[in-house]
Amino acid sequence: MQTNFENLEYVVGNSQTIENMLPMRPFAPFADCVVDFLNALSKALMKKGKNFSDIVTFGFWCRKSAILKQKEKYDDLSSRIGRGIVFHSTPSNVAVNFAFSFASGLLAGNANIVRLPAKNFEQVEIICECVNNLLKSDFSNLAKYVCMLKYSSDEKITDFMSSICDTRIIWGGDQTIANIRKSPLGPRATEITFADRYSIAVICADEYLKMNNKDNIAANFYNDTYFSDQNACTSPRIIVWIGDEKEKAKEVFWENIEKMVAKEYEMAPVQVVGKLTALFKVGAAHKVKLIPQKSQYITRVKVDKIPGDLMDYKYNSGFFFEYDADNLSEIFPICDKKCQTLTYLGIDPNNIKAFISEYRPEGVDRAVPMGKSMDFDLVWDGYDLIRELSRKFAVI
Amino acid sequence: MINYDEILNLKPFSLNRSQKTEMLTKNLAYLTKHHYNNCEIYKNMLDVIDFDEKNVKTYYDLPFIPVSLFKQLELKSVPQDEVFKVMTSSGTTGQAVSKIYLDRETASRQQKTLVSIVSEFTGSARMPMLIIDSPSVIKNRAMFSARGAGILGFSIFGKKKTYALNDDMSLNVEAIEKFLAENKDEKIFLFGFTFMIWKHFYQELLKLNKHFDLSKGILLHGGGWKKLASEAVSHEDFKNRLTSVCGLCDIHDYYGMVEQTGCIYMSCEYGHLHSSIFSDIITRRALDLKPCEFGESGIVQVVSILPKSYPGHSLLTEDEGVVLGEDDCKCGRMGKYFKINGRLKNAEIRGCSDTYANKF
Repeated sequence: MQTNFENLEYVVGNSQTIENMLPMRPFAPFADCVVDFLNALSKALMKKGKNFSDIVTFGFWCRKSAILKQKEKYDDLSSRIGRGIVFHSTPSNVAVNFAFSFASGLLAGNANIVRLPAKNFEQVEIICECVNNLLKSDFSNLAKYVCMLKYSSDEKITDFMSSICDTRIIWGGDQTIANIRKSPLGPRATEITFADRYSIAVICADEYLKMNNKDNIAANFYNDTYFSDQNACTSPRIIVWIGDEKEKAKEVFWENIEKMVAKEYEMAPVQVVGKLTALFKVGAAHKVKLIPQKSQYITRVKVDKIPGDLMDYKYNSGFFFEYDADNLSEIFPICDKKCQTLTYLGIDPNNIKAFISEYRPEGVDRAVPMGKSMDFDLVWDGYDLIRELSRKFAVI
Repeated sequence: MINYDEILNLKPFSLNRSQKTEMLTKNLAYLTKHHYNNCEIYKNMLDVIDFDEKNVKTYYDLPFIPVSLFKQLELKSVPQDEVFKVMTSSGTTGQAVSKIYLDRETASRQQKTLVSIVSEFTGSARMPMLIIDSPSVIKNRAMFSARGAGILGFSIFGKKKTYALNDDMSLNVEAIEKFLAENKDEKIFLFGFTFMIWKHFYQELLKLNKHFDLSKGILLHGGGWKKLASEAVSHEDFKNRLTSVCGLCDIHDYYGMVEQTGCIYMSCEYGHLHSSIFSDIITRRALDLKPCEFGESGIVQVVSILPKSYPGHSLLTEDEGVVLGEDDCKCGRMGKYFKINGRLKNAEIRGCSDTYANKF
């Protein structure tokens, strides 16, 4: 088996690791040794990566207590086993996403080949160093389950990894998916793709006005949006307002956001020009209005009805469509296949559940309170990763 | 209506601040209304920002649209049968190009304006012209772009046109020698794109150790400094090195864009770019898009009274620049003088969708 490729750099493991993966003996999901490994990784990262908020978030997520809580949600683990080898292609411009993908693969019971971001992130180095240390000491029994590598565009390598894996996970959007799909999978292999998505937020104006932690709410909204340049799949692109006192609530809400953004966010001139271009582009095609702000940190575009193609005009860096609705069900037209997360504030989640079951939209995979849109969960983009990455056996 | 002929009779750098403000405000407000009434897309765009002409005190208060919209939308204010030609910007394969729709009137204004501005520097007589480029730029339709259009546009100032480069971009020493011998006692007009001049003319002369005498020539060059800045060549270096290698010292850089063809900004003997009476530049702060003070860097907005067939009279560019002053350049020309710092820096936007996927 050829595992030595010219452009391939092994960061965790080596060419031998992949050879050792075959034949593979997967674990059951949430195997004790895996949970212990992730817990040890969590401890190491909380020390070494404490200066990076995204590492800390990951470290917090893979604590033993948190993982065991996740485990409780599954009632069929005794009849499940990992699928075998998972090949993860992770996005090149987000630092820590690969770690969540890897941890999910391992938790489901698999060996993992992880293609790391091509860009050099300090976070990636720190996480890989900690993984290496653990695999070389207390967790050497897991060494053949973990291989992390970097390579620049090379079809031969993607072909090879795709041919030996049992499940391929592709992050990074439509274009990346199209590129990687040129490499065929084995006949029994499955695939999980994370395509380009967009997200929305719904706020109840009256409830918001009653809340007394408005600074916190602004910080939460900031985390959902500006923290990732409002360009993550989970970032709301349209804010839907319900309730009676909409105008008053908007005024207070955006004033708080503007203060927060001015303090925390660095807005490059090119982003301002980009937003202005996006504004006029949507304005050329649809009747929308700019709601003027004091600064260019926030671009608010009021839409009186939601045209089906509105999200073709979405933009980042603080570019928000706003829509006034009489009730929640008016969001139905934008809840299409590409709609991922519904972030809510001041709304009873049961009402959202009721809306989803009554209207059965093609999209909306999750609804989360404002501030939680980026929180990784084992159920992501509509996939239950533990179940998708394991197989179920039947003994009759 | 703009009394264009009357303006054309004026010297291009003759109006002071208050005269120019009055003239531009009147004409640019007229153009805003004209395009609003004749270009539906432009009307929709101004409706987005609730533009109201009653709030306009000077042309600073008129709306501006980002120049890249010409790459994405069909912006024209004349019926299709009056479109006389469509100009496109340069762009490498696969990139969107600007499409500028010209009627006869706008095209003619562009040429007359260019003549008025450039003659201020070159004089009105046609000079023997040495083009620092290869003839294929004009011949090859596929390559015909801003470079070709620029050469054709500036050819009106020359006669006996000769190309200094071969089709493979090597220096055509023979042709240059012949050209210089034939035009020995005349003032020569040289034209080309900044980077081409640097790479295929200056560096080649240096390599070949050739010393032509171009001390009687005048050189006009434009097309951006991006590539030269990356080689750490300043405006000063550029001038000095050319002087040292061929005696050329009358050298003028210009700034302009295909979306406002005709209204170019020429650099004077002090190295400052100047706005003429036909156009102006306003620099704006990114955070509120309000005008900058003189001396403060900002996003460059350009206004021009020429575009009648397309709504390109007030554009926000993707360039950063500084207005250095107004009406008081040592060269004596009225109007603003400024410098361009280059393109706005690209921001690396985060996000899940892998914008760099193709590069890796």
